[in-house]
Amino acid sequence: MLKISNLHARIEEKQILKGINLEIKPGEVHAIMGPNGSGKSTLASVLAGREHFEVTEGSVTFDGKDLLELAPEERAGEGLFLAFQYPVEIPGLTTTNFIKTAVNEVRKYRGQEPLDAVGFLKLMKEKMALMEMDQSLLSRSLNEGFSGGEKKRNEIFQMAMLEPKLAILDETDSGLDIDAIRIVANGVNRFRNENNAVLVITHYQRLLDYIVPDFVHVLYNGRIVKSGTRELALELEEKGYDFIKSEVAV
Amino acid sequence: MNTVENIKEQLNRLYSDKKESGLHAIRQNAFLQFDKLGIPGVRHEEWKYTRINALFNKEFRFPYTESNLLRNDWQSLRLPGADDAHELVFVNGIFSPELSVLRRPGDLVLLPLEEAANSEQYAKTIAANLGHSSRYAKDGINALNTAWMYGGLFVHVQEKHQTAHPVYIYHITDTRKGNVLSQPRSLVHLGRASGLKVVETFLTIGSQESFTNQVIELIVEEDAQLEYYKIQNDGLHASQVSTTHVRQTGKSFAHTVTISLNGNLVRNNLNIVMEAPHCESHLYGLYLLKGHSHIDNHTLVDNVQPHCFSNELYKGVLDEHATGVFNGKIFVRQDAQKTNAYQSNKNILLSDTATVNTKPQLEIFADDVKCSHGCTIGSIDTEAMFYLKSRGITEKNARSLLMHAFAEDVLENIKLPFIRSYVDQLISERLEFDLL
Repeated sequence: MLKISNLHARIEEKQILKGINLEIKPGEVHAIMGPNGSGKSTLASVLAGREHFEVTEGSVTFDGKDLLELAPEERAGEGLFLAFQYPVEIPGLTTTNFIKTAVNEVRKYRGQEPLDAVGFLKLMKEKMALMEMDQSLLSRSLNEGFSGGEKKRNEIFQMAMLEPKLAILDETDSGLDIDAIRIVANGVNRFRNENNAVLVITHYQRLLDYIVPDFVHVLYNGRIVKSGTRELALELEEKGYDFIKSEVAV
Repeated sequence: MNTVENIKEQLNRLYSDKKESGLHAIRQNAFLQFDKLGIPGVRHEEWKYTRINALFNKEFRFPYTESNLLRNDWQSLRLPGADDAHELVFVNGIFSPELSVLRRPGDLVLLPLEEAANSEQYAKTIAANLGHSSRYAKDGINALNTAWMYGGLFVHVQEKHQTAHPVYIYHITDTRKGNVLSQPRSLVHLGRASGLKVVETFLTIGSQESFTNQVIELIVEEDAQLEYYKIQNDGLHASQVSTTHVRQTGKSFAHTVTISLNGNLVRNNLNIVMEAPHCESHLYGLYLLKGHSHIDNHTLVDNVQPHCFSNELYKGVLDEHATGVFNGKIFVRQDAQKTNAYQSNKNILLSDTATVNTKPQLEIFADDVKCSHGCTIGSIDTEAMFYLKSRGITEKNARSLLMHAFAEDVLENIKLPFIRSYVDQLISERLEFDLL
């Protein structure tokens, strides 16, 4: 589904990604862990198409298409979703209006008819219930005045509405208490099936207690320096990132 | 003969016909003012960024008879909700009783201004209030309207009467026979503890140029409540100077929203004069322009008495070569202690060639007041754009949603649902939101 080969990227003059290789197949859950500044969020940004990141080498294909040639909205249409680490507050734009536009844009891109008002409302209510979100959030401005937990739940709610093939969760657990983590993880687990995939980017392994990965990769200094199964995450938790740093140095 | 000379000649002709009018003296005084002050040029401080004099280089007709406009000609231009509104129609600056409709007789008193000035009942109100705006205008434009005052309208709301229907005022300029200068004039009087909602809009028909120099004065007496909306979405061959002068003579409430979406040159003068303690006023404005349109909002809040409150928020989005001007004056007179006056002007420029000049101007002579002002000029938030695009929303629609969202805290103050949805629709069209 996603194939990243020898990906190099920089922001301004600073080289951040220095040759990433990663393949994700349908039905899989991958986790990328790593210390601060290792390039985790840069990888998420490059995949979603954020401006100001320049790919200097390598390639990314998504279901056979050259992902890096697509605009961010086309990537979403193709089925890529990024749950933001810092969801943007947009005063004056209601959550309903936003999600309705997004759903119908994506449907249009995929050659589907727009959802009618009744179908849309039904879908929205179902997904909100899944994320244990209060209905009152719908008529409020997007993310404005939402708590940290509400923002992250709103991200997963959007994911559930847009039904992507690949969901990238960028530090979705940061700033969440244990109850919110459980709700977010439940949303992700309910979304998972054999046709889609999830890439979890996280600093801590605690989210991985709830969203159990098939593969864990350690990102350090712009490269994946170690890959393994779930046990690798537990080892990192126990030993800290210093053990990776010393291993890499050797 | 240039336009100004032509105007003077026409005025003299008008006066020789209409000497018996109760408005003759005020018109003649204004003529002298106009003669003295002339059309303001860019050296005039209040007209620095708005080149009005160039408009007077064109040849205009000054029709002071009604055009032969028929109801069908403007039927399609009526605003949503019109079936439930009193509709007052001016054609080429002259009130047209034939085209106007009062939904419920007795809800309002309507009289030609001249007739009201001569009537026993309203002569005093007219004498006390007509032309009050000229005290705040130090240029010949306001004087020109007063000098020309012909076919004007007097609207009166009885004491303690809450009008059942909003009032829609249409200023139609019919340019099918040539360029037209029209100068509508009205005086609206809200009696004590009365309530009135007014919507004014401007429509030019025909393909020639129109220039509307309009003055409306609204007198709000004690415990009265005024809601006033101005919707400007005229064609690119239409220019206007539109003066809205609100005089709060007793403790009262005034709520104004000015929406400017299209036009060649648009200059709005909005004055709120709070002459009694405990007055409250709200001034909201949105301008959303592109092409070579020019919008100039001059607002003035005059706090004469203590304990008054005013809140002002003007927001603008300018694209392509559009130019904007915001000038917000707040006067706090010496006696106006405990004044609360807030002002904010926020702008987004969507192109490198759009410009805005914004200037708050506070003159405070009392020492125990709370006043604030602020202005910002920015561009579109790239992180918000990326957020929307990452959800599959196209660049164009993302931009449209963000601009609409930016306008929301002005738009939410349009309390008439028909007008609110009408303005929303105009904005979506203007922002080219593809409705899917």
